[in-house]
Amino acid sequence: MNEMSPPTAERAAALKGLGSERKRVEDARFTQGKGNYVDDLKLPGMLFGDFVRSPYAHARIKSIDAEAAKALPGVVAVLTAEDLAPLGLHWMPTLAGDKQMVLADGKVLFQGQEVAFVVAEDRYIAADAVELIEVDYEELPVVTDPFKAQADDAPVLREDLDGNMEGAHGPRRHHNHIFTWEQGDKEATDTVIGSADVVAEEMIYYHRTHPCPLETCGCVASMDKVNGKLTVHGTFQAPHAVRTVASLISGIAEHNIRIISPDIGGGFGNKVGVYPGYICSIVASIVTGVPVKWVEDRMDNLMATAFARDYWMQGKIAATKDGKITGLWCHVTADHGAFDACADPTKFPAGFFNICTGSYDIPTAYLAVDGVYTNKAPGGVAYRCSFRVTEAAYFIERMIEVLAIKLGMDAAELRAKNFIKADQFPYRSALGWEYDSGNYQPAWDKALKAVGYDDLRKEQAERVEAFKRGETRKLLGIGLTFFTEIVGAGPVKNCDILGLGMFDSCEIRIHPTGSAIARLGTISQGQGHATTFAQILASETGIPADDITIEEGDTDTAPYGLGTYGSRSTPVAGAATAMAGRKIRAKAQMIAAYLLEVHDDDVEWDVDRFVVKGAPERFKTMKEIAFASYNQAIPGVEPGLEAVSYYDPPNMTYPFGAYICVMEIDADTGEWSIRQFYALDDCGTRINPMIIEGQVHGGVTEALAIAMGQEIAYDEIGNVKTGTLMDFFIPTAWETPHYTTDHTVTPSPHHPIGAKGVGESPNVGGVPAFSNAVHDAFRPFGLVQAHMPHDHWRIWKIAHDLGLHG
Amino acid sequence: MDKMHFKVTVNGKQEELLVEPRELLIHVLREKLGVTGPHIGCETSHCGACTVDMDGKSVKSCTVFAAQANGADVTTIEGLGTPDGLHVLQQMFKEHHGLQCGFCTPGMITRAYRLLQENPDPSEEDVRFGMSGNLCRCTGYQNIVKAVLASAAELNAVKEAAQ
Repeated sequence: MNEMSPPTAERAAALKGLGSERKRVEDARFTQGKGNYVDDLKLPGMLFGDFVRSPYAHARIKSIDAEAAKALPGVVAVLTAEDLAPLGLHWMPTLAGDKQMVLADGKVLFQGQEVAFVVAEDRYIAADAVELIEVDYEELPVVTDPFKAQADDAPVLREDLDGNMEGAHGPRRHHNHIFTWEQGDKEATDTVIGSADVVAEEMIYYHRTHPCPLETCGCVASMDKVNGKLTVHGTFQAPHAVRTVASLISGIAEHNIRIISPDIGGGFGNKVGVYPGYICSIVASIVTGVPVKWVEDRMDNLMATAFARDYWMQGKIAATKDGKITGLWCHVTADHGAFDACADPTKFPAGFFNICTGSYDIPTAYLAVDGVYTNKAPGGVAYRCSFRVTEAAYFIERMIEVLAIKLGMDAAELRAKNFIKADQFPYRSALGWEYDSGNYQPAWDKALKAVGYDDLRKEQAERVEAFKRGETRKLLGIGLTFFTEIVGAGPVKNCDILGLGMFDSCEIRIHPTGSAIARLGTISQGQGHATTFAQILASETGIPADDITIEEGDTDTAPYGLGTYGSRSTPVAGAATAMAGRKIRAKAQMIAAYLLEVHDDDVEWDVDRFVVKGAPERFKTMKEIAFASYNQAIPGVEPGLEAVSYYDPPNMTYPFGAYICVMEIDADTGEWSIRQFYALDDCGTRINPMIIEGQVHGGVTEALAIAMGQEIAYDEIGNVKTGTLMDFFIPTAWETPHYTTDHTVTPSPHHPIGAKGVGESPNVGGVPAFSNAVHDAFRPFGLVQAHMPHDHWRIWKIAHDLGLHG
Repeated sequence: MDKMHFKVTVNGKQEELLVEPRELLIHVLREKLGVTGPHIGCETSHCGACTVDMDGKSVKSCTVFAAQANGADVTTIEGLGTPDGLHVLQQMFKEHHGLQCGFCTPGMITRAYRLLQENPDPSEEDVRFGMSGNLCRCTGYQNIVKAVLASAAELNAVKEAAQ
């Protein structure tokens, strides 16, 4: 006889499933210093690699003299392009259809470029050896401006491509041009703009910045020559893709390569790409027969490893007199640096920038992006965003503000007037995307009410008057943003990286006693996957989350998946997890029905058990079913309880949000302080509200950094001016404001549990909110557009140029 | 370079080894003594991931030479709490979601430990200022500050109960 069933709610709570603020299972080891990051790894006989890097942004290499370095005791090898060339490894493919030097081949194209790789017994000897290598350079003219790079007399940067006018994404029209990417209806857009009541036009620059995770990139490559197996531990956001790429370029069979991503100290897009350090470590391990570790220092990371943004966005936005937007035109000049090494799905040379119509029902739009080579580091990674969505959101949210000025209209009202309406979803934008779901107006109303928007505008007007009377020197800015993200890359039909479709996967095994292990193709870098994926499975299978282990990041054990970046883990791997859970449940239903001696359709699921319909006292719990699957021969059913799902999403997901920043600015010093920051996110079904809130805090803080000071700056001859954390702004606890978080819930109609993903949203929404606040503070004095980052000096300069310093 | 005889006490254990005077304390800890809790994030004293407690002060071990640490008493994250019981700070960081990737966490907690020794009853402002030598890229600090304040309250409550 079965025991009495406890109340359903209590059983559901015990699972710690969807919606539970489950504490993170990862934290015990991190809080005790027991994390396992790549630099913690020490293998027997391990050597240490370090790079000789170019001091010049553009120079021919006349000779490399490594004799003194090789003679230094403790130095085992020095690799140059000449050593890699016979292996075909002195160049490697990039993720964007270009190729990149692994070690400088004849010339260098950016400061910090890898020229030679030293392998030594420890990092001190390696550093000493780097100093002993003499490279004779002949300086060449440098071009750091993407507009000047397209001049007829601009130096040819990529000599390897000289004369080759067919690029990976169509024809090249200049020797420093990479691609042109067009979307939308050019002619119709020109017509709309040509005949509109009002047109606002502006150049919006989203400066070059850097993900700068606290842990730099690195790896330990270990070639076991006895069994022919190459193992690489590394900071990889996409371990399976790294394995496939490593196999394709090294010729080592894929099953003989094992890629392991251990704990990762933050990724933010920085750890998606394949860098020369990985290749050189692998080659060095093959050459020396012992493990080789390479870990960047911070200067390496900031100078050479995957910048982000650097988009010059020329925009035109047309509207009727009363503020209905009729058309949007955008031309981007994209500075990609020396190699086109962007992390983008293959078919999108400018990523998902074509979501630049944002949250607005804009009937006509046209977009063109020109990629350009310059003497800067390559990269263009999706830094805490989904493939250039931050640039797109910044562009449209600035254009809306500029249009509001032109119309003499309140920017909050202008947004509301142009929102895609709830009944228009699914909504197909003029640039081709189908938004899955959204309900913007209630979210916007909630946000404006929460901050007391009308009162803030009154206060601002009073402040301006007081300023003019000389009673205060502090201005008030109200930064508005309403953004729509596009995440969940993605459907195999239109998203792939190097030909690998961007599905994801989950494999789950239930043990006889009813606990489980699930393995996924993703890899957490702080997002708490071990906690949240178990919550999804708890709700799907009735097994408590505490009884489910989540494993990721080892290609020998995890199913194939495209990794974690661009907020794709929840929309894609999270869906795979739910689907694998459902397969388990379907099989469990057959077993339960057999055990209860009824037809399959006569049992129904109830939290953690199957119950005979109409007879609530007759049931089998998941735990009982799990054991039965291992010890009873059930006709027509294989023993065991396992399932795997390779999930190819039918569409992307479209989380959205409303962010409002209230900022005080001192007109004399340029100092700013955030009085209020309100962030409303709608990411569909919420798996773990605590983790969502943590992601929002972190993302907004990265946005604060980007908007208010962080940039990778170059001088005219290509010197990186921001190569350490002394020059590269990262906010501390002291200047980071308080955030108020809020939410609405609009589930995705096509995701199995309705979840959309949230990790990138606060960065996408945060940057325009901060920037718009700065602009808004000076708007009453005539400011229309100023470039980020808004550091104190630049804000002071705005005030000065507007004549506010008397 | 000539090696020097280097003595240090790490988490209560005396260690003696030969090091180059130019070697940095963080490298000696991590690579020679196997104490990998403190991490390397910037090597310019900015990020604080390598923070350890040296002779009763928070120091950034990426810019302390082994020679300067000779004879010192060093506590790292591994020296807080025990295998059976977490230090209050470790517990509160878990409780208040004060970490994400975990890379800054050992430095954060080690710094917070000293901060609460210096100022057992800090205001939020004190915590924000006192922790401003430690960078985090994931959490936006909100929950770190919460965790440190909650730890102070917890430690004070324990102290009061004992009196």
